[in-house]
Amino acid sequence: MRKWCLVLLTTLPVLFSLVACGGPPSSTPATSRLDTVKSRGKLICGVSGELPGFSFVSSDGKYAGLDVDVCRAIASAIFNNPDAVEFRNLNAKERFTAVQTGEVDILSRNTSWTLSRDTSVGLEFAPVMFYDGQAIMVKKDSGIKSLTDLKGKAICTQTGTTNEQNLGDQMRKLGIPYKPVVFEDINTTFATYAEGRCQGVTSDRSQLLSRRTTLPQPQNHLILDAVLSKEPLAPAVANGDSKWFDVVKWSIYTLINAEELGINSKNIAQFANSKDPEVTRFLGKEGNLGEGLGLPNDFAVRIIKNVGNYGEIYDRYLGPKTPFNLPRGQNNLWTKGGLQYSPPFR
Amino acid sequence: MSNNQQPNNPKLNLWRDVRFWRFAGQFLAVLIAAIVVAILWGNLNRNLQQLGIQPGFGFLNSQAAFDIGETLISYAPSDTYSRALLVGLVNSLRVMVVGIILTTIVGITAGIARLSDNWLVRKLALVYVEIFRNTPLLLQLLFWYFAVFLTLPKVENPISVLGFIRLSQNGLELPGIQFSPEFSTLLIGITLYTGAFIAEIVRGGIQSVSRGQWEAAASLGLKPGLAMRLVIFPQALRVIIPPLTSQYLNLAKNSSLAVAIGYPDIYLVASTTFNQTGRAVEVMLLIMTIYLTISLIISLVMNLFNKSVQLKER
Repeated sequence: MRKWCLVLLTTLPVLFSLVACGGPPSSTPATSRLDTVKSRGKLICGVSGELPGFSFVSSDGKYAGLDVDVCRAIASAIFNNPDAVEFRNLNAKERFTAVQTGEVDILSRNTSWTLSRDTSVGLEFAPVMFYDGQAIMVKKDSGIKSLTDLKGKAICTQTGTTNEQNLGDQMRKLGIPYKPVVFEDINTTFATYAEGRCQGVTSDRSQLLSRRTTLPQPQNHLILDAVLSKEPLAPAVANGDSKWFDVVKWSIYTLINAEELGINSKNIAQFANSKDPEVTRFLGKEGNLGEGLGLPNDFAVRIIKNVGNYGEIYDRYLGPKTPFNLPRGQNNLWTKGGLQYSPPFR
Repeated sequence: MSNNQQPNNPKLNLWRDVRFWRFAGQFLAVLIAAIVVAILWGNLNRNLQQLGIQPGFGFLNSQAAFDIGETLISYAPSDTYSRALLVGLVNSLRVMVVGIILTTIVGITAGIARLSDNWLVRKLALVYVEIFRNTPLLLQLLFWYFAVFLTLPKVENPISVLGFIRLSQNGLELPGIQFSPEFSTLLIGITLYTGAFIAEIVRGGIQSVSRGQWEAAASLGLKPGLAMRLVIFPQALRVIIPPLTSQYLNLAKNSSLAVAIGYPDIYLVASTTFNQTGRAVEVMLLIMTIYLTISLIISLVMNLFNKSVQLKER
């Protein structure tokens, strides 16, 4: 009996170490996510799905919004079909795990680009689609005009966001004590605020504007001018796949560059015979920019035809004809005093 | 001598020895379990490495930088994540301990009421049990929160009960103590939900005591109330305690639904921690360990209690 024990106990660690070394050597994945997407025939895109203007299901039953169109642009570049996208609704907390595990190819869900998310969360952030800042919404009749008026008041917010921490930082800096009431669900957060449990609710300004339109009496709510933080909202992909990251990055730059060059979905045909070398290179008439990305040479044409340029997308969902009527501000092109800037296509 | 041939018989093959097979079977089971764990662990490590994430618990010592609405122990956003998690744990324990005490009272009362001779009391207890046992707890919590606590009047003009209990949107106020609406909701929610199950366990336990015991108690001149307290209930406890333990465990674990109504329990604080640090695996392991420890402690205490009420055989 004792002898068997000994034999078996000695084989155990040996087997263990064999198993531990059994896996393939850790290195970068042999196939890029781009190949996976191509062979699948569609893009899987993580969105919020509950945020009018950014990602929501429109009255005709299709996903629409600024975040949604990023995915449609990428699908256009790869498949020349803006509908070759499967959207998955993710909440604030699930979103990073979904990217890390590869459940979604890209996360396009009003996500703030921060250093720790870029590093320890294992994400890679594409260019900023929307420059935002955190703000606080209060009821008009509450008499609250500034952050100091919120002393001792309850402020609702959502977990899984940068908002919680920013609020803590700002109020600590100003020395204002307050009571955070934190929810996991965005709908609960705003419902609780609407019921009056919290005197204020905090989120990104764009989100507050968007959510205010869904409150029972939108005109009774006021968004304070104070900006609590910088919130550059950018799509993200998993770390360690630069081929795929490049496709995502340059699909977004295409949107911005098209606006810079004045090309949009309606006038693109007029640019077909352009003599401008910048335009011909961009539209793939000459050179081989697409090849370097693993895309067809006319990827920019596909994107602009199907989705439009950045300005068109912005106006479609957030512009003067929408309930938000949000001025471009920082989201204007760099040539017009904004921050949107594309590196050169050459 | 002749029938004791196995150990010393040199001719007996190893594979014909039943003890070998017993041992080999157990060894195989352990081996398979170990291999599965090793594969999963190796897979996790490999994938985390690919993403450039080093697993570890060092993040617990960095500054939490978020605020917590309700704290029983001192806490500031400049404290560490471990302190924040401790605050969450204390909040959880507060709900669990108070909840277990209240749910026991509610459950036993309702369980005895189910057997009452009074028709109205009996039916009221039945309605309570059937409603609370047959609707999801999450729904009940949202009901208490949105339909009850948040529809209360504003802080400025609270409802006064008995002169010293004040109810408002800010929660339940007793002289000296204030319970937030989130805490009150969670406490009421899990107490009434678990109480309904306990009521049925208590009823079953009492009915399992044979009729003869009632008759014997009555013939000794004990009134029904006294008979229940001195004769029937102590015997019913033997049947009641094991399933009661499960209900206490359920209550402890269900308290994590706090996340739906914004009560900062350990799970909610851990969610924020996980989100800010991106340490999904470590945080999940940590709260699993915490819930496991709490559950095992409840089990241990209840098992000791169970031993003390069992039939003493001499």
